[in-house]
Amino acid sequence: MSGERLLEVTGLKMYHVIRKGLFGGKFYIKAVDNVDLTLDRGEALAIIGESGSGKTTLGKTILRLYEPLDGKIIFDGRDVTHIRRGELKKYRRETGFVQQDPYGALPPFMSIRQILEEPLKIHKIGTKEERLEKVYKALEEVRLTPVEDFINKYPHMLSGGQQQRVVIARSIITDPKLVIADEPVSMLDASVRVEILRLMESIQKKYKLGIIYISHDLSTTKYFSSRINIMYAGKLVEGGPTREVIYNPIHPYTRYLINALPDPDANNRFVKRDVPPGEPPSLINPPTGCRFYPRCPLFIKGLCDVKEPGYTYVNENHWVKCWYYEENR
Amino acid sequence: MPIKNRIKNALKTIFFYKSALAGIILLLLIIGFALYTVYSYPYEKAVADWRAGEKTWLDNPRYALPEWITLFTGGNPPKTIILSTTMESRNVKKIVVPVSGNMSYIRIDMRFDYNYDDYPSEINIFFNSTFEELNPKIEVEWIKPDGENITLKSIVLNKEDSYYISVDLDTKDLLGQIVKEKLGLNESPYILPERYLFSPLSEDILDPQKVVVLNGEYTLRITGYLYEKNSDIDVKLVVYGKVYGWAGTDNLRRPISIAIMWGTPIALSFGVTAAVTIGLIQMIIAAISAWFGGRVDDLIQRITEVNLILPFFPILLMISTFYKFSIWVLLLVVIALSMFGAGVKSYRALFLQLKEFPYVEAALSYGASNMRIVFRYLIPKILPLIIPGMVLSVADFVFLEAALAVLGLGDPDAPTWGKVINDALRDGALFKGYYYWVLEPASLLVLTAISFALIGFTLEKIFNPRLREM
Repeated sequence: MSGERLLEVTGLKMYHVIRKGLFGGKFYIKAVDNVDLTLDRGEALAIIGESGSGKTTLGKTILRLYEPLDGKIIFDGRDVTHIRRGELKKYRRETGFVQQDPYGALPPFMSIRQILEEPLKIHKIGTKEERLEKVYKALEEVRLTPVEDFINKYPHMLSGGQQQRVVIARSIITDPKLVIADEPVSMLDASVRVEILRLMESIQKKYKLGIIYISHDLSTTKYFSSRINIMYAGKLVEGGPTREVIYNPIHPYTRYLINALPDPDANNRFVKRDVPPGEPPSLINPPTGCRFYPRCPLFIKGLCDVKEPGYTYVNENHWVKCWYYEENR
Repeated sequence: MPIKNRIKNALKTIFFYKSALAGIILLLLIIGFALYTVYSYPYEKAVADWRAGEKTWLDNPRYALPEWITLFTGGNPPKTIILSTTMESRNVKKIVVPVSGNMSYIRIDMRFDYNYDDYPSEINIFFNSTFEELNPKIEVEWIKPDGENITLKSIVLNKEDSYYISVDLDTKDLLGQIVKEKLGLNESPYILPERYLFSPLSEDILDPQKVVVLNGEYTLRITGYLYEKNSDIDVKLVVYGKVYGWAGTDNLRRPISIAIMWGTPIALSFGVTAAVTIGLIQMIIAAISAWFGGRVDDLIQRITEVNLILPFFPILLMISTFYKFSIWVLLLVVIALSMFGAGVKSYRALFLQLKEFPYVEAALSYGASNMRIVFRYLIPKILPLIIPGMVLSVADFVFLEAALAVLGLGDPDAPTWGKVINDALRDGALFKGYYYWVLEPASLLVLTAISFALIGFTLEKIFNPRLREM
C-alpha cells in the first residue's frame, strides 16, 4: 500500500430497521455487517457484489447518508462516524456522490447551472462570478462543451449520458477528496458506458481523487480501479489488486462471479456456465458462520456453518475470508 | 426566450380547452369590475354610503327593480321624477306677490311629463320654509293632463315639513269622498292615491284590471301666503319610480349597486388570499411533516387528525358570534382553522414519495440543510400539482364568506354580496316577491365560482396527464 491513507473503515455495521405489521416487532436488515476497508489518496477501489449484497448501503454509510450502527470511519485522519451539523457539512464538502440513476439524480425543475451552483451556494464557496466560473470549469471537465449550449438547459433536455456527466460534474464541483460512484454506468447505454468510465478515470487521475466504485459488473472495474473488493450478503469476502483478484480468485463466490462474465468466444455459447445453486440469503436472518456456505461447493461441515472466517492473506495485498482456503493452503 | 416560449406554450395549452377560455374571460370581467370599483368608488365612501341610513337616500324609491328589467318584462316602468324650487328649470315656476304689509302671496307651479305605463311607487313633497314666528299657510293642488283639478290639502308649514301623499290619511279620505260623489257610489271606496292622481276619473278607477295610466303633463300647484317679510318656501316634489339604476334599491332605499360593486373585490381578495395562503401553508406543513418524519411527523399528523374531526363551520360560527370582527380578521381565523386541513394529509403523501427521489438524496450528500431541501427541492416539485386545487378552492372561500354574511355573522361594516342576501332574507324579499334583490348577489357568487371552477378543472387536466384530452 502506497501513499497517504484517505479513508479507513473498521468494523462498520449498518442495519436497516423494519417493522412488520401493527404490533410486530423490529427486524434488522443487516445490510453492512462488520466491513473493513481502506482507501488511499488518489486511489480507486472497486466494490463488486450482486444486487442486495449491501454495497449501496456501504457507500451511503461511508458518505454518512446513514448513521452507522457500529464501527469507525476515519476520513483524512478525522473520525467522522458520528459527527453532526457543522462538521458533517464540512465532511459533505469533501465527499462527492455519483448515483446510479442519472434520470432521477437531477432535480427536474432546476437548470444545469442552478444544479451545479447548489453545492457551491450551500458551502458558501466564492462570489457569484467565481461560482459561475467554477460551473463552467466543471462542465468543461466533464466535456459538456460548448458550455453555453448546456448551462441553461433543463435535465430532461439532455441524454442519459449527458445527464450522468452533469451528475459527475456536480460531485466534483466542491473539490472533494473522496467520490463514491454507485453503479454510475449501469443505467446507461452500453455505447456511452466506456466513455463515462474513461472520463471518471481521467478526472480521478487529474485531481488525485479517491474513488470508491460500486458495481455489480466485474467487467467494468478494469477501467480505473487499482484494487477490488468482493462483497457478498453484507460482508466483504475477498480483496486485492484488480488483476490479482481477477486472474487468481480464491473465494468460491469470486470464482463464480468471474465465471459468469460474458465470453466473447462464439464457440462457447452452448457451454453451460457454472453458477452457484440457490439464492443469496435473506439479510434479516443471514446464515451463521460464513454467509456463503449454503451455496458453497467447498463447504466444510461443522466449520463453515459455525464460525465466521477471518482474514487469510494470499500475499501481501490479497486477502480472502474462506475456511476452505485457510484449511487447505 | 425560453421563459417566453414556456409562457406561450402554457397559454396555448390553456386555450386549447374552451372551458378554460370561458372561465378566464369570465374571471377577467369580474376582476375588471372589481378594479373599476376600487378605483372609482373609495371603500370609505362606500361604507359610509352603505351605512348612511334612510335620510341620505330619501330621493330614491324603495324596492326599485333594476332598470334593465324591462329587457325581460317589457313595458315602461316609471323612473323617479324630482322637481325642486332650488333648481333651475323651465318646469318650476315660483311667484311671490306682496299683498299688504308684510304679507305676500306665493304660487309655485311644478310641471312634469309623465309617460310611463305604471304608477309611481310613492309621491312625496318636502317643504323647507324660512320664517320667524308666523308659519306660512299653503294649499296643494294637483292638476291632471285632462284638466281635472284637485285641492289635496292645506297645510300650515313648519320649518321643515313634508307631505307624504301616498300614506296621508286625510288625502285618502278626501280622494275616496271625491270618487264617491263623482261616480254616485253609496260609500267611499278605498283608492290608492297614486292610482287616483295618475288616472282619468271614471268607473275604471275602481278596477285594478281596467284602470290605465294617464300620460301627459301634470302640474303640482302650491298656493299660499307668507306672513313675514323675509319668509320664503322651498318645495321639492319627488315622484318615486319603480326602477332605479342598474341594480335597484332595497328596503332602505339604498342602491344595491354599492354592495354589488364592493362585494366583488372583497369576495375575490378574500377567496384568493384564503385559498392561496391555506394551500401554501398546508403544503409547507406537509413537507416538513414528511421530510423530518419521526416525532415531528407524529405531532403534525395528530394535530391534523384532531383538526379534521372538529367541525370547521360550527366553530367558525361560534367565533364570529362571540366576536363581531372585520372581514380580514375573519380571514385570519379561517386560515388558522384550515392550516392543518385535509390538504396536509394528501400533500404529505406526495412528499413521502418525493422524499425517496435520488436527487433529494444527492442534495443531502452535498450538504443541503433540511430547510433547504424542504423549500428548494421538495416544494418546487409539488407546487404545480397543488395549483389546480388552490384555484378550485377559491370558490369555497368566496362561498364561506358569503355564507357567514347571510347568517348575519360577517363583517358588520363591509358591503358584501352575502350582506345583501342577508338584508333581503331579513326583509322577507322572496316572500314579498323581490327576487332581484337575492338573485343579483347570488348570481355573481355563482359566476365567480364557475369562473374559478372552469379554470381549476382545466389546470387539473393540464397538470395531471391522465386527465389530458387530445
